[in-house]
Amino acid sequence: MSGEIVESHSAKYAAQHVPGIPQDEAGPVFREPWEAQAFAMTLALYDRGLFTWPEWAATLADEIKRAQAAGDPDTGETYYQHWLNALERMVAEKNVTDAATLKRYHDAWDHACDRTPHGKPIVLQPADFV
Amino acid sequence: MQLRIRALETILTEKGYVEPAALDAIVETYETKIGPRNGAKVVAKAWTDPAFKKALLDDASRAIGTLGHVSRVGDHLIAVENTPQRHNMVVCTLCSCYPWEMLGLPPVWYKAAPYRSRAVKDPRGVLADFGVTLPQDTEIRVWDSTAETRFLVLPMRPAGTGGWSEDKLAELVTRDSMIGTGLPKNPAELKS
Repeated sequence: MSGEIVESHSAKYAAQHVPGIPQDEAGPVFREPWEAQAFAMTLALYDRGLFTWPEWAATLADEIKRAQAAGDPDTGETYYQHWLNALERMVAEKNVTDAATLKRYHDAWDHACDRTPHGKPIVLQPADFV
Repeated sequence: MQLRIRALETILTEKGYVEPAALDAIVETYETKIGPRNGAKVVAKAWTDPAFKKALLDDASRAIGTLGHVSRVGDHLIAVENTPQRHNMVVCTLCSCYPWEMLGLPPVWYKAAPYRSRAVKDPRGVLADFGVTLPQDTEIRVWDSTAETRFLVLPMRPAGTGGWSEDKLAELVTRDSMIGTGLPKNPAELKS
């Protein structure tokens, strides 16, 4: 089932120049929704000029190398975990944010999810930051 | 993972590096490329195998669990069958109750509050917006997810598909037809 998809120029470029992106004949495929969100954020930051694709590929390759050294099975299923690690590292290296801030927002979202009843939209509030 | 993604997106949005609508647009480009999208296979099997269809309508989670090639779904998935008398439509994807393993990514409009409230008040009007016109005497039933309950619409098998294989039938099953905001493709729409 290869539906027609219209990709942006940078998406095509990324798919061609970043090694290992899981793809079918029409372009990238994702195992879970969060993978596509990570991909989309990276594309948006690239479009804004935060980094070049060679820079991105180098950071991602380094994350994959680290993971393999730590025993990652490297079956492709963990590709976007490495991608997300690389993205968090890239935004820190570019001084967009830092690890402590990422952790603070992560915990705040965790709190927001916990207190939100099922069926209601999850909205981050100041009180979620402790 | 989801929390890390949310954290990153919030920070990048607050600092003006990304716009959520632009991210949604990118993700939507790939909406047919996300997840195993097992729903179409399940629907096609129900169309060809009466025993499976009965099991699916009795307990969708368990029935899907018996299919070796389809990844497991969470508990409390309920399949609701469309008939000439009744059309089913599902609302609520505001939290984690949307069965993306079955359906793929939810459409962006589906998460919007106006869709949710209008679908309950004026389902026929919402369907018309999606280009779906049903006979006046077809009842429209709207299902709103409650705690931990997720829904899959079993659409009606299109006419003119007698003798089709499951794989070929699955190609007719669209995401929107399993949410109830669309109908399966017409056999003529399939390029063979």
